[in-house]
Amino acid sequence: MSNAAWETLSNQAIGAAGIVYFIALVVHLAEWAAVRQPKEKATASNATATSAGTVGGDTLVVEETAVDEDRNGERVAFLGRLGVLLTAIACAVHFVALVGRGMAADPNRVPWGNMYEFTISGTFVVTLLYLVLYKKFHLGWMAPLVLVFNVSVLMIAVIWLHEPVAPLAESLNSYWLVIHVVSAVIATGAFTLGGIASLMYLVRMRAEKKAAGAPLTGWMGRVPSLVALDRIAYRVHAFAFPVWTFAVLITGPIWAHEAWSRYWNWDPKEVWAFITWVVYAGYLHARATAGWKGRNAAILALIGMATLWFNFIGINYFSTSSQHAYAGERQVQVVHVKAPGVDVPRAGLAAGAPG
Amino acid sequence: MSTPPPTQTDADAAEATQEKKARERKPQRRAGELNARELGRWAWRQVTSMRTALVLLLLLALAAIPGSVIPQSGVDALGVTRWKEEHPKLTPIYEKLDLFSVYDSPWFSAIYLLLVVSLVGCIVPRLFVYFRAMRAQPPAAPKNLTRLPEHTTYRTDASVEDVLANARAVLGRRHRLRRTEGDGVDSVAAERGYLREAGNLLFHLSILVVLAGFAIGGLFGYQGGVIITQGTSFTNNLTQYDDFNPGGLFRTDQLDDFCFTVDDYQDTWLTEGPRAGMAIEFSADLTYEEVCGSGEEKNYDLRVNHPLGIGSTDVFLIGHGYSPIITITDGNGDVAWTGPQPFLPEDSSFLSFGVVKAPAAKPGQVGLEGVFYPSFDMVDGNPVTVFGDDLNPTLSMLAYTGDLGLDDGVSQSVYVLDKDNADLVEKDGKPFRVDLQPGDTVELPDGLGTVKFEGVEPWVRVQISQTPGKEVALIGVVLALIGLCASLFIRPRRVWVRARPAAADGASGTTPGDTDPEDGVTMGGTVVEVAVLDRSGNADAGEVLDDLVKKLQKGAG
Ligand code: HEM
Repeated sequence: MSNAAWETLSNQAIGAAGIVYFIALVVHLAEWAAVRQPKEKATASNATATSAGTVGGDTLVVEETAVDEDRNGERVAFLGRLGVLLTAIACAVHFVALVGRGMAADPNRVPWGNMYEFTISGTFVVTLLYLVLYKKFHLGWMAPLVLVFNVSVLMIAVIWLHEPVAPLAESLNSYWLVIHVVSAVIATGAFTLGGIASLMYLVRMRAEKKAAGAPLTGWMGRVPSLVALDRIAYRVHAFAFPVWTFAVLITGPIWAHEAWSRYWNWDPKEVWAFITWVVYAGYLHARATAGWKGRNAAILALIGMATLWFNFIGINYFSTSSQHAYAGERQVQVVHVKAPGVDVPRAGLAAGAPG
Repeated sequence: MSTPPPTQTDADAAEATQEKKARERKPQRRAGELNARELGRWAWRQVTSMRTALVLLLLLALAAIPGSVIPQSGVDALGVTRWKEEHPKLTPIYEKLDLFSVYDSPWFSAIYLLLVVSLVGCIVPRLFVYFRAMRAQPPAAPKNLTRLPEHTTYRTDASVEDVLANARAVLGRRHRLRRTEGDGVDSVAAERGYLREAGNLLFHLSILVVLAGFAIGGLFGYQGGVIITQGTSFTNNLTQYDDFNPGGLFRTDQLDDFCFTVDDYQDTWLTEGPRAGMAIEFSADLTYEEVCGSGEEKNYDLRVNHPLGIGSTDVFLIGHGYSPIITITDGNGDVAWTGPQPFLPEDSSFLSFGVVKAPAAKPGQVGLEGVFYPSFDMVDGNPVTVFGDDLNPTLSMLAYTGDLGLDDGVSQSVYVLDKDNADLVEKDGKPFRVDLQPGDTVELPDGLGTVKFEGVEPWVRVQISQTPGKEVALIGVVLALIGLCASLFIRPRRVWVRARPAAADGASGTTPGDTDPEDGVTMGGTVVEVAVLDRSGNADAGEVLDDLVKKLQKGAG
């Protein structure tokens, strides 16, 4: 296959993945609607609430369900399974798009040369992690959120960020780039997933307050309890944080040292990666501090996610001095140094780095 | 036996007991009466509390923001100059607040120094607590296991002794067990996950190591930059640098004694595709001597991402450009200046700006200032360079004569022409343009001499730096990461198993020998209580309990 053919394949695959994600979203919304059907008595008790103490036999919950509710339940379950299946298919197509991007470049490379590529990689990781953790954490309730996120971000990527395949700027041509960006993308995906759980925590908290003790109905009834949401959010963040530490504070500086001669330069991109790191460290502290647990911790997690995505997209429009300008925006970085007495412009080679 | 509720962490518990102790120690006195010692102790407790650490962390994040929006003199000196020109009113205020060098400012330092103090104050006591905990036994089973949030009870036909022996065997594999003294102990107490706290301590200590490494680099290191034209040499002493940025404790004798020559510079220009006009595959062939004059020459192909290490110094390729070779022959026919002169690229088109000075020229000094087009072309009547590669090199300069300010001993940049006391050379009332292509010679008016454009050599900009402490910082972060993983993924917990003959249970009013309708076990037998206390507050203790009970039941039936 020629490079152009790979590029076309990649573009089409992204489109196809977006469409299948969208269909999956519709299916999950239908699943929601089915749950909402008035006949169904709210089974507000969620999985975790019943799991404790069943072994002793003294707290076994016996659920009685009427026949028609049963049938409705079947339909809900079927729609749920279908949605996950579609998501998995879309995820596979998404992967093809990533491979296509890499194969289209000459020489072949990892598909992380610019924001478009980083974005489609990041959404891929979000989906993949969601699918991997689906069983373990019972993430069925999360499906619509993940899919809405994916569909909208992919749309942004295709409409605004798309760039034709191009060779990497010289400074990006390092195996440290691969390690650095792989870990940054994984951490970004995981933080996003954790952020969704934290967001749900706040939403459910409000819903519970409104319900004033009454069991929650409809979709909200299927969202895990606050304790379980908090735990899911924590576990995903706890996975993402060391990965982010590795990406931002180990591989990033090593690579910066090789490419730009300074391992830490307080470049805006670095500053925001550091801010993100500190905010998430704050989140982990908050979870261990009385008075900050729960709600405040969840808010911190969302602030962390905001800094993360701001760093990824926003900072490029805010600051002009970042050496991490994405390849193509500036091929030559004009470095200005102070010579005795005057400011003289000097040219540098290295156009930027994502990450 | 006071066990913290499962969601409460050790930190909280430690804090709580600290506070309790402080309260107990305090003599009877009215509120508000604090003596200096108590005030000090109170302040210290505040500084080292978890909440303060949290607030300081958030403050640090907040304080880092301005530096990413306002140009910083250490990163983008020209950006600072431009910003100051555009905002004359705000500049003095910003300068007072150190907003152009946020990361060395007193207020930024204050936050992280407070954080360090808080960190030390937090870690040191915890180290002692940890060592004590390491040697302590797992606490004995609480009287009433069923009061713990995660507990369960089941019956078995096995004897009490068998159940306990089995529990010891099952738990002993991955837990530390409480030693049992003598008979009459009806329970097993076990604990695991001691390394979590060790990991946490390692993580926080390592942050100090990283900071130390960072500080060493900032104080003892340096960065310098120099432009070297192909075919010329560099010797590592201060006078040869174009710019030099030493740390506060840098000493000149730290400089390694090397020298090198740039033999050849190559790059590849992309002529098609979306990145047409971009150069890649930069490579500079160096010949270097680790000790200048030793005669031991070595070669290195210096490329981006492949720095050359000489001793404790690193040499990086970070830029390239063009040096037109220009010869100025003065009015007397003597060569007043000849050689390559680096021109500095203005932007990514490699349109470059530069000056040439010939102060020795007779009858008058000659200075040239202008631009170099690597691939000159006229587009819509405007002179432009259409490509970064030197396919059609062209010089276009203006000439000056008079006093170029080189005689008064003040050092001057080679990239700037001092025109204060010099006059623009004119012909027929119009500025005289020196427009040249390689091989061309032009005669200056007024018998000032001639200018010849001999050709073009590429130059490279290398960054030369010593960063002592970088290994320290790297080891620090790696240790921090290891500690962090231990701290986040190890789940400490305590487990208790108690077994009693069912008769002693007294709860079920059934006759021994009957079969229990619920679990099918013969009445009598043994009642086993199992409880799990998750000490991280993050694990699903219910799951752990289920698992454990399955294992216990498999062993003892
Ligand atoms: C330099 C600033 C600091 C950073 C970046 C930082 C970072 C972290 C991180 C990422 C964790 C999560 C690991 C875990 O859950 O065990 C943590 C936990 C912890 N930190 Fe810090 N920390 C800092 C300063 C402090 C200070 C000053 C204190 C003392 C008040 C402190 C006390 C703790 C404690 C007690 C935990 C354990 C929380 C738990 O049990 O879950 N930290 N820290």
